[in-house]
Amino acid sequence: MKNEWPLWEVFIRSQHGLAHRHVGSLHAPDAAMAINNARDVYTRRNEGTSIWVVKAVDITASDPDDKQALFDPAQSKVYRHPTFFPMPDEVKGL
Amino acid sequence: MYAQMVDTGSPDNQALDAREARFQQRIDDGIRIEPQDWMPERYRKTLIRQISQHAHSEIVGQLPEGNWITRAPSLKRKAILLAKVQDEAGHGLYLYSAAETLGISRDQMVDDLHTGKAKYSSIFNYPTLTWADVGAIGWLVDGSAIMNQIPLCRCSYGPYARAMIRVCKEEAFHMRQGYDLMLALCRGTPAQKAMAQDALNRWWWPSLMMFGPPDGDSVHSAQSQAWKIKLFTNDELRQKMVDQTVPQAEYLGLTIPDADLKWNAERGHYDYGAIDWDEFYAVVKGNGPCNRERLDTRRQAWDDGAWFREALVAHADKQAQREHARAA
Repeated sequence: MKNEWPLWEVFIRSQHGLAHRHVGSLHAPDAAMAINNARDVYTRRNEGTSIWVVKAVDITASDPDDKQALFDPAQSKVYRHPTFFPMPDEVKGL
Repeated sequence: MYAQMVDTGSPDNQALDAREARFQQRIDDGIRIEPQDWMPERYRKTLIRQISQHAHSEIVGQLPEGNWITRAPSLKRKAILLAKVQDEAGHGLYLYSAAETLGISRDQMVDDLHTGKAKYSSIFNYPTLTWADVGAIGWLVDGSAIMNQIPLCRCSYGPYARAMIRVCKEEAFHMRQGYDLMLALCRGTPAQKAMAQDALNRWWWPSLMMFGPPDGDSVHSAQSQAWKIKLFTNDELRQKMVDQTVPQAEYLGLTIPDADLKWNAERGHYDYGAIDWDEFYAVVKGNGPCNRERLDTRRQAWDDGAWFREALVAHADKQAQREHARAA
């Protein structure tokens, strides 16, 4: 069969209240079969309460070569973290 | 192991170009390589060979044990064995996905297995003659696999390492169910215990061979170790397996079929007898007891499933056309 099934990325929500998390990928002819297969391949041990599948070709990813341009600027902005501001010990509730 | 004697490409010592030196530096610094990152072509090809061979081993590995699903001695053992064999299919799928991130297609890999171009582990070319073989495989073969796979959770290629983490979590169940099965036989009738001993006698040496040729003959090891896609040598892992297994066999009251096996206090390890490497190479070259049968079974399963795969595609196409017509 040279008509290869599309690749789907699989995301599982492990417990209520948590975000879906990428767990892997699989091939399936359509979305319904992708969900069926994901259930067998990725949730054999109670790993999930919900499954998302997304066609891999529909994902747009950042380029690894852009890593510095995208992420380095955040490094110098330490004031975005609460620990940047020393607070007097005597004052409560901050 | 599940990937044996993986070719690392031409072992020439040309000066690494700058890009390759940076790549090696990343590996030395313990930074994982991800699919979109630049990598030397030899690293990519070696990993494709290693991961696909590993995947094929998981898939073919279903067959020896699958023989016993309909003949398991109780419903409980049957359910456990079914779950175990289903896990092996899952492991194959995780690994095929990891290999695909390196640019080889699933169809190509399946084709390579079915035409005999790709290899799988030598161990799965031995027959499962009795129910005790199912226990011996879980205990010895999966036990050896864990030994090899736990270090691979730290290997340099991200998708492979992540697949190994999933596999290792599940593999511990495989080993324990095997030992539990052996325990039940060894605590049973003399005939049952004899069956367990017979299985150990037949699986012991092939299990040691599974780690691959001795270090002196392992030509691709050095490169694979530099790339951190192999973290221990064949002999190191084999020694670890022997050291771990001997006390487990003693507890079962079974005898390991090796007259030369004895504790070496000086080394702090067990010494063991000579391995018949002629047998190993014969099996790798396709002349083990079950090589032909395994591949025939695989091809037959693939051919028998063709109508189902085609029906799924036909259904998906029809649904897509309807969707398209509705949207128009």
